[in-house]
Amino acid sequence: MEKRLAPAPETYEQVTDLFDLDADWSSEQQAIAGRVRKMVDEHFLPIIGQHHNDETYPESILPRIRELGLLELVADDAIDPITYGLISRELDRGGSTLRSLVSVQGSLVMGAIKMFGSEAQKQQWLGPLGRLEQFGCFGLTEPDYGSNPAGMQTRAERTADGYRITGSKCWITNGVRASVAVIWAKLDGQVRGFLVETDRPGFEARHMHGKWSFRASETASLYLDGVEVPETALLPGATSLGRALQCLGQARYTIAWGACGAARGCLEETVKYLKERTQFEGKPLASHQIIQYKLAWMAAEITAMELIAKRLGELKAQGRMKPHHVALAKMNNCRKALEVARTCRELLGANGIHNEYHIGRRMVDLETVVTYEGTEHIHALTLGSTITGIKAFS
Amino acid sequence: MKIAVLIKRVPDTASVFAINPDQKSVATDKLKFVMSPYDEHAVEEAIKLKEANGADVVVVSLGPDSAKEVMRTALAMGADEGLLVTGAGTDSLTSKGVAEALAAAVKSIGAELVFAGKQAVDDDASQVAERVAELLEMAHASVVTKFELNGGTAVVNREIEGGSYTLELPLPAVITIEKGINTPRYPTLPNIMKAKKKPIAEKSLADLGLSAEALAPGVVLESLSLPRQNRRNHIIDGDTPARVNELIRLLKEEEKAL
Ligand SMILES: Cc1cc2nc3c(=O)[nH]c(=O)nc-3n(C[C@H](O)[C@H](O)[C@H](O)COP(=O)(O)OP(=O)(O)OC[C@H]3O[C@@H](n4cnc5c(N)ncnc54)[C@H](O)[C@@H]3O)c2cc1C
Repeated sequence: MEKRLAPAPETYEQVTDLFDLDADWSSEQQAIAGRVRKMVDEHFLPIIGQHHNDETYPESILPRIRELGLLELVADDAIDPITYGLISRELDRGGSTLRSLVSVQGSLVMGAIKMFGSEAQKQQWLGPLGRLEQFGCFGLTEPDYGSNPAGMQTRAERTADGYRITGSKCWITNGVRASVAVIWAKLDGQVRGFLVETDRPGFEARHMHGKWSFRASETASLYLDGVEVPETALLPGATSLGRALQCLGQARYTIAWGACGAARGCLEETVKYLKERTQFEGKPLASHQIIQYKLAWMAAEITAMELIAKRLGELKAQGRMKPHHVALAKMNNCRKALEVARTCRELLGANGIHNEYHIGRRMVDLETVVTYEGTEHIHALTLGSTITGIKAFS
Repeated sequence: MKIAVLIKRVPDTASVFAINPDQKSVATDKLKFVMSPYDEHAVEEAIKLKEANGADVVVVSLGPDSAKEVMRTALAMGADEGLLVTGAGTDSLTSKGVAEALAAAVKSIGAELVFAGKQAVDDDASQVAERVAELLEMAHASVVTKFELNGGTAVVNREIEGGSYTLELPLPAVITIEKGINTPRYPTLPNIMKAKKKPIAEKSLADLGLSAEALAPGVVLESLSLPRQNRRNHIIDGDTPARVNELIRLLKEEEKAL
């Protein structure tokens, strides 16, 4: 049998819920988180190392996601924010790329259609996207406009029976396999959202190779060369850039939770390693004081991250979630997860940089998570303007 | 048709077990609880029957409020409703008392067919379902590996050493299920959510016309103990210096005694 890199450890140390937070969730929420965790342990962790190494897409996880009905649940209005949060956490414990697959499809694409689509658009797309029979992507970022999407160059102009869209997008997750792209473009100077079938003439998606991070996620550049779409392609409710940011708010919510899972995964794997690895008179690394000090701080940070995620979930459930809440949670949790990953990487010594362990992959993937969906700096500036009343950027 | 499935919440056998200082009960604080695995197959069989022929599947359990967790799992798999026998007097029953209470519960819902796991993996008593059958004067077959419904008759296979029986039973009947019969489905996430809305009724012994005193066990638990761990019996070969070195290595590296 072909040797697989980074096999899933047989058991994980359950060392990351020191405040007994999970006990607060309802039995359904715990059951759902448990099912996702099981899928990750059995079907994702054993294969993801190889895919990361080879820069390939973990196709075999797709039937598992379908089987769980995961996206159908995520897209169901009845889902409560905590359940969605716990799902995101458990997915990201496997890998940020896996959580991203679900966040992009569920929150960005299906979210945009649900919030801003017409009845006909919902009828046409939500079913197949929810069953993962088809993929969607969300095209906002452009080569020259990342943190500042308001400057976007992609244009739509009216034609006799619809619109013609011209421009390019980059860093678009799932862009290559998408059947439908949510494209943000300016129509008469105003940002609008369009649902563009990717087989329309003039639409091209190119796989961006060469990433150090998110290697097991497909990222694409999209080129729209006068793509003609009918009147019905316009998302009627997507009337401004603010609407695009509203979609991102939903996805950032899942990222704040996901970061907790990524950090948990790192610490669980590290504690297991440190208890098994001995240095100096056969003593396990875990018995040394400096190491315990670091573990204690990481456990405390993860607890704080989870409390922030939990509070964000409560605010969302009460309909009180504001952009600065999301900014705080996304900023803090992604940075802290990355710090935990880097510390864990170090504690594994040389093994920490090897693909026989998951830590290195988690660490480089978190570099993406800190950057996408609003960089840490941009979220800090949002918070800064909330705190001071002074906008540092327009 | 109404199908009742008797299910039990039991400790996951992969848990680490400890006995309380009274030596009469298992320490439960560190245990993880699950539906007894044979019961999962029983639930699956009932749901398959429901999907093929249409039926109302009611899962019935006796236990504390936490037993609802495994009932929710069964509801998420596709059962329609639950009935939990709970409250005063239900925690100290032996198989006889449990069977009387469950028989009354099954009767109260009017089930024509009763499925149960062939045994519960906590006490392995293999008594409850058979007693229920006797109490309700229903036909029964145990350790069943194949089930078919033919009008008002159940046709079942039972595995025996080196062969198998095929039996026909008139309904109403009680069937206990062996593992090989099916593969229990995993509940989908949307179904786990929907299960939250399915009803779980609660009944006390009194509601069922029973009393704790009447069901009180004739059998008294004297003491519980964990199996004694076998000695390692590790014999080291070789000449004396090699054996000494190996002994020191073992004590140091494997036993961490030095
Ligand atoms: C793997 C991956 C997947 C992605 N998927 C998608 C997707 O599906 N859809 C999509 O639309 N986009 C996607 N993105 C794009 C992502 O959202 C952008 O990369 C992100 O918004 C940052 O933009 P940029 O890379 O152009 O960085 P820039 O905007 O060029 O920023 C570079 C640096 O400058 C800082 N900076 C910028 N402006 C300021 C300022 N005013 N003050 C202080 N500091 C500032 C930033 O914080 C950052 O550190 C993805 C990115 C990655 C890496």
